Amino acid sequence: MSTTAESGAQTPAPAQNPAADRKAERAQKRAERYESLTIAGILLLIIVVFSVLAPSGSFLSLDNLRNVALDASTMLILAAGMTFLLIAAGLDLSIGAIVVFTAVVAAKVMAALAGDVTIDVAQLNHPHLFLALLLGIGASLLVGLGWGLVNGLLAVRAKIPAFIATLATAGVILGLAQVWTGGLNVQGAPIQLQEFFGLGSLFGVIPWPVVVAIVVTGILWVILGWTRFGLRTYAIGANPDSAARAGINVGRHLLILYVLMGVLAAIVGVIDLARFNTASVSGHTEDALAAISAVVIGGTSLFGGRGRMSGTVIGALIPAVLLNGFVIMAIDPFWQNVAVGLVLLGAVYVDQLRRRRAQQG
Amino acid sequence: MGTTDVPVLRATGVTKRFGHVEALRGASLEVRPGEVHALLGDNGAGKSTLVKMLSGVHTPDEGTIEIDGRTVRFGTPRDAQEAGVETVYQDLALASTLPPGDNVFLGRELLKPGLLGKLGFVDRPAMRRRAAEELATVGARVPSAVVPVSALSGGQKQAVAISRSLIWGRRLLIMDEPTAALGARQTHYVLELIKRVRDDRGMAILLISHSLPDVFEVADRVTVLRLGEDVMTAPIGDCTTESLLGAITGATTLGARKEAT
Repeated sequence: MSTTAESGAQTPAPAQNPAADRKAERAQKRAERYESLTIAGILLLIIVVFSVLAPSGSFLSLDNLRNVALDASTMLILAAGMTFLLIAAGLDLSIGAIVVFTAVVAAKVMAALAGDVTIDVAQLNHPHLFLALLLGIGASLLVGLGWGLVNGLLAVRAKIPAFIATLATAGVILGLAQVWTGGLNVQGAPIQLQEFFGLGSLFGVIPWPVVVAIVVTGILWVILGWTRFGLRTYAIGANPDSAARAGINVGRHLLILYVLMGVLAAIVGVIDLARFNTASVSGHTEDALAAISAVVIGGTSLFGGRGRMSGTVIGALIPAVLLNGFVIMAIDPFWQNVAVGLVLLGAVYVDQLRRRRAQQG
Repeated sequence: MGTTDVPVLRATGVTKRFGHVEALRGASLEVRPGEVHALLGDNGAGKSTLVKMLSGVHTPDEGTIEIDGRTVRFGTPRDAQEAGVETVYQDLALASTLPPGDNVFLGRELLKPGLLGKLGFVDRPAMRRRAAEELATVGARVPSAVVPVSALSGGQKQAVAISRSLIWGRRLLIMDEPTAALGARQTHYVLELIKRVRDDRGMAILLISHSLPDVFEVADRVTVLRLGEDVMTAPIGDCTTESLLGAITGATTLGARKEAT
């Protein structure tokens, strides 16, 4: 056995030398940048095309951009939560059902508590307006949390594959909402919710739902990218056994992610109620799949361990921009589904290529 | 035996049953400071069960485990880590999509100072720097900043896993078949790494292996398990391939059992 200092110098480090290391590092950085740019470039291209083709700047008008942002806002919130789940190799197909259920909860609680309009019928002033809004929103968030917990317990503790567990709860949750409401949309929430929040704007410029979406997504972005919780989310998705042996409580972490997803769905439920003043029982059936496509378009891997919130933001914007552009240009809006499907295929194909390259490496 | 040396690890009469299967039947093992101690045995001899006991994954039904002469009871892997026992698992337990820096500190992340740290913000530059330092001291050249572990060679991955253990381990490093999946060149690299850890750090290493050439190359002493019992413990100098194979397969009688060391 040689002495230590010598052996340090003599042992061949396999396959690499400093120059090659730096080269690999640069290539990695370039690949990541290229990837984010590609998807951002697609969004930019779509925007440019619509700006040029749409009649007299109607696409780039402030009003229209607000509409796009409003349409994208709820999907952005759902997709942000789904980003965490997919990176951790989890999945939640029940989020649309939770949105419906929690919107119904909010509407019912508000309608029940607000009281009759007695003082000034013209102004629709409810005697307990503030309390009703507060408790309605609170109840909705709590119920969302509860459904998230149910999903988490089934997928994590009972170890039912998340795909099946949340497919089943999607049916249960939506079915219960339909039974409860007799399949009818729920009205009767105070009009003020719509007036000041659903249709209102911060400084008269940014619609409140967009503000909520930006704040929620921003917080989740920071958590994912810069905190221990975010780092562990990646580690769990990459290899749950390794994470567990590194001392991470994998079950609890995943449970928190499902609960988070449920709460985010409830926020969307409240926003939905506020925008339309109606808890719609028939909508949101495609929310889960739309959120998953947004996340995957944004470069997050369906197989866990890899993904970025910046991509998700773009991935959530692309469908909204497409739909809006098609409507403005009087193209059949059903083409949006076709276009989003094609973008999704492209994104998944790129992910496959990358995974294959990583395995070869 | 140098009786002044308190063994780093002493497992005595360790028994573990899984239902009706008795995986360990009173196995004993002693690892001394600064030695590479090889643990040999056929499949099903109880090697991995014993390792799981020492790394806190399982708790023994009977028997005691002592670290530095103090009896310990490991309920979780974290307990073992806190006692200074680190394990490099056969599959390395790395998160393949994360770079080495994040992997080295996985589960024990460095946080930013002050309020941000309290909020759970990680100090990535510090983690990457310290991981790079640690990798350099074990003589491994690994791109530490952004390249995910999946892009590294087998030997480099091993170096990352070993570095993680070295940062935290104080007393004992358990390595579970570190060269099983490696080619000749990478195997040589990992064996040199093991020697360097022993010589530079004075860390005791428990090396679980199937490869007798590896054992002859790096081990100081050897313990052979068979059918859940330790059937032989000897300095490597007293062993031949034949005597080890005999103990592993049971071809030699138990007369050689626990020969004086």
